[in-house]
Parts: sequence; structure tokens; C-alpha cells
Amino acid sequence: MELLVASAIGLLTAGGVYLILRLRTFPVIVGLSLLSYAVNLFIFASGRLAIGLPPIWSKTAAGYTDPLVQALVLTAIVISFGMTAVIVMMGLGAYLEAGDDRIDIDRSAAEENEDARR
Amino acid sequence: MNHWIIAPVLLPAVLGALAVLVARHDILLQRVIGLGGTLALAVLALVLICSTTLTGPEVYFLGDWPAPFGIVLVLDRLSALMLLLTAALALPVTLYAIGTGWDARGRHFHALFQFQLMGLNGAFLTGDAFNLFVFFEVLLIASYGLMIHGGGRNRLKAGVQYVAFNLVGSTLFLFALATIYSVTGTLNMADLAQKVATLPEGDAALIRVGAVMLLLVFAIKGALVPVQFWLPGTYANAPGPVAALFAVMTKVGAYSVIRVYTLIFPPVTPATGTMFADLILPAGLVTLILGALGVLGARSVGRMVAFAAIASMGTLFTAISVFSQAGTTAALYYLLHSTLATAAMFLIADLAVSRRGSGSLAEARPSTPQSGLIAALFFAGAIAMAGMPPLSGFLGKLLILDATRGDMMLVWPVILITSLLMIVGFAQAGSLLFWKSSAIPAEPDPEPEDPPAALPFVAVGLLLMLLTGLTVFAGPLTAWLGTTVAELHAPAPYIAANALPVGG
Repeated sequence: MELLVASAIGLLTAGGVYLILRLRTFPVIVGLSLLSYAVNLFIFASGRLAIGLPPIWSKTAAGYTDPLVQALVLTAIVISFGMTAVIVMMGLGAYLEAGDDRIDIDRSAAEENEDARR
Repeated sequence: MNHWIIAPVLLPAVLGALAVLVARHDILLQRVIGLGGTLALAVLALVLICSTTLTGPEVYFLGDWPAPFGIVLVLDRLSALMLLLTAALALPVTLYAIGTGWDARGRHFHALFQFQLMGLNGAFLTGDAFNLFVFFEVLLIASYGLMIHGGGRNRLKAGVQYVAFNLVGSTLFLFALATIYSVTGTLNMADLAQKVATLPEGDAALIRVGAVMLLLVFAIKGALVPVQFWLPGTYANAPGPVAALFAVMTKVGAYSVIRVYTLIFPPVTPATGTMFADLILPAGLVTLILGALGVLGARSVGRMVAFAAIASMGTLFTAISVFSQAGTTAALYYLLHSTLATAAMFLIADLAVSRRGSGSLAEARPSTPQSGLIAALFFAGAIAMAGMPPLSGFLGKLLILDATRGDMMLVWPVILITSLLMIVGFAQAGSLLFWKSSAIPAEPDPEPEDPPAALPFVAVGLLLMLLTGLTVFAGPLTAWLGTTVAELHAPAPYIAANALPVGG
């Protein structure tokens, strides 16, 4: 199981990093989402992997798994969800304003130089 | 338990919500809320700083859960100082935004501003590493809104870059926290300090990885090379008052570095040693050089001030990397100075650019109304930014030079030469903006101008007055800061205030 979780985190991270290096807004946002999935899994694993154990102490269960990481993951999920919504809205706004969804400000920088020359 | 500790977080949260819900369509009411909130915050910060000076570190247990199980807020001298600095900055910036009408150019300026203050205050107060992440996100999400306030193509594009970059930073923050948690089993800062100090040899590598990732996150916030490149585009495209408020956002990175790497990973820790000082020093020096070159080569006023902000962060991190009593004292003094000076400079640049119509530094344009007054302000701001006498930047740099005397003499030529570069850069820009423009006759205005508002000048004057205050009261201030730093380097009272279970 360790191998499975570790390779899943690794794959998600690698895919996420590849995508956020792209030039267009959409792949970047997808890449950020992949990264946030990876980090959620990673946080979950940081409380040690356990199967079939309750997150609270009980007399009948054999043991318990760390409940704190579950709270941390919940917080992280909520925050990354909200942040993704924000960047989608801003990306959309930038697309509607500028007419393209390139993430770099190459053209406007060129314009600035033009403005400087004028 | 002192319940006032949580007030700097609650007050802006409530006011921000009020500004959205009640004052949605009433800009006047929003302004009253914004101004009242920042005033109240300033008073609150003064009260808290007095109380912590008298009683030492105090801990607020949220929900009365004992540490390390619950989240704690810790009020010590450093956090109280940062609260006061935030409030002292927020007040002039709010005044400026109201005076220039920036707050009416988009929606919810004051609500976002209050939420930003909430995030800043929370980040300064919290004594829990994961809670620090949460407050970082609070201040970031508010800053995204503020950054694109007023809209416009370039601003939105720069905003998307800024958000994407910070989201990567947040992910890295989570990776770092999870790594640290998996080694130590706690995220309470005081508890972490105890656990990391007695870490078994086998866990040292993993904690080093976590700590370096954490440093990278704070470096992103503090615009340290090699992760500084988000700053010029963001600050240059943000509205003037927002860029001025953002001056304290980079300092959140500096504050976190000071807090985490004196409390949790001090140089005496066997697991990490002096590796962080060794990383921060070259990065700080390169940041400083890059910032100074940027000031010299910038093609617009906004970018020039943004690069000056980068240079000041480089100076600040260089001072932090000393990790000694004198070094950290100098760093704190310079932190106060550079926040106020950067903010003042952004406001002055906004004044000049809004009258001139363009921020381009390629050619002189006809002179504008009040250009004499703005030129004088620009002159004062540039003196402060470049670190020339008689303003506090000079004293700050002097303290840093003094702290690095001896075995860190490499710092001296870098700081002195970059100061010269910045003086040249500012002089060039100032002469183009104000002197050369006075040679060109002003075009007669087709429509009569509104009478100029006095409020923006009051705001800038307030910031410059605070800088003068820093200079005049430098003696007592550095003495107070010295005690603060002594408290940082001997964190026993801070840890004891958390009332951690013995042997746990």
C-alpha cells in the first residue's frame, strides 16, 4: 500500500508540475488542482497509513489512526477548492478582457516598451 | 486569559462582513467602516504592545483547548510590534484610498481591505504552524481581490500570474507542514521547538527537507531570489494604495522566517545547525543586487518602486541571516522602516503617475499640477528608500553594517554599492519626472480640474512622519527591539506560556 500511495502522490505531483509550466490558463489551473490532490494525499499519509482503524480512541477497536491529519486534509481541501474557484474566475476575467488565455504578459510588456519608445 | 488577544482578528472579520452585507451600496458607510476599523485596530495594537511589554508572552487558547491539542494565539513583543506596524500602515493607506477615490473604482474595496488585515493580524498572532498556513490563505485570498481592484486587462493578467504563483506556494507550504508533522507529530510552534531540539539522529534528514521547503515558502512571500519574479509585475500593476498595503505582505515572509528560524530551528539545533543562515545570506545579497539593478533599469515608475521593494527585502534578509542579537535587532528596525518607506514610495508614485497619465520613464511629459509638492515628497521617499541620511533607512543600514562587522565583511560592499545604485536610479527617475517636465510648457487643460484633494497628501505625510519618528526615537526604539530580540533568542517564556503537558 505504501508503494501505491507514494507512486500516486508522485505521479500527481509530476503531472501537476508539468501542467503548471504550460503557457495557457486552463492547463495551469488543472495542474494546480492535480498538485492540490497530491498534497491532500500526502498530508493524509503523514499521519501514517492504517487500514480499518477508527480515527477516535475506543475500547473495542484494536487501535486508532491519527485524527488530526484528517482535520488538516479537510481544511486543505476547502481552501484549495476556494482558491481554484478564485483563479478560474480571474482566468476567465483575464480571458474576456484580453481575448486570449495566455498566462504570460508578453504582449502587454511589448506594448509597454512601445509606449516607452513613443 | 487575556481575551483582547483575539480582537485584532475578530474586529476586521466582523467589519469586513458588515461592509459587504450592510454597506453594500453605500460607499460613505463603507469608508466610515474602513477608517473606523483601522483606527480601532491602531488603538488595539497600542494597548496590546503595552500589555505584552509589561507581562511578557501571553497565550490565548482558542475554545480553551490546551496546547498542543488546540490552536493557540501567542502575543509576544514581536507579534505585537507587527500588529502595530500593520495598523500604522493601514491607516494612511485607507486615508489615501478614500482621498483619491481608488476605493470607488471597483467594488468591496474596504471589505477586502478588512479581510486582508484579518489575515495579516492572524498570521502575526498565531502560535500554530498549520494555523499560520490558514491565515496566509486568508490574507492571500483578500489580496487577490485587492490586486485586481478596478480591473483592466494588464491588471487581470498580472493577477492570474500572482494567484497561480501563490497557489503553488501554498501547495509547497502544505507539503512542508505535512513532512514536519510526520516527523514530530505536532504543529504547535512551541511544542515543535521542544521536539525538534531533541530529535533523534535518524529523523534529521526528513526535518531538514521540511524546514527547507518551509523556508522556500517564506522566501516566495518575502520575494527572495530565486522566487522573487512575481513581485514586480504584481506590485507595478496593482492599484497604488493596494501596492502600498502589500508592502507589509512581503514582511509576513520576513516575520515568519524570524519566528520559525529563531523558535523552532535556531542555529543551535543539532538536526539543522546553521544551514538556514547559510542559505539566506547569499540569497539576500543576490536579491539586494538584483533589486538595485532593477531600480536603475526600470522603464516605469511602478516597476522601479517594486524593484526598490525587492532590494529592501534583500537587505532585510541579509540582516536576518546573521541570527545574532545585533543582527536581528537591526533586521527588525529595518523591517519597520522599509515597510513604511516602501508604502510611502508607492503612494507617491501613484500620485505622480495619476497626474502625469503614464508611468513610463522614457521621456519627459509636461508638468502637472502640484508637481513641486509631489517632487518634494518623492525626494524624501527616495532618501528613505535608498538609505541616505537623515531618514531612518540610513540608521537601519548602519545597524546592519554594524551587526555584520567582522567575519561577514562581504555584506559591506554589497550594501554600500547597491545604495549608490539606488540613489542614481531614483535621481534619474526624479529628474525625468519633475525637473525635465518643468521645461515643457503645460498644455492648457480643456476642462477645469477639480480642486485637488488634500487627503492623499495627508496620508503620505503621515507615513513620512512615522519614518521621521523612527529616526528621532531610534535610541529608545532599538533598546526596546533589543529586548524583543533577546526574548526571541531565549524562547523559554514563550514556550512556557503554552503550558504544554510535561513529557508529552
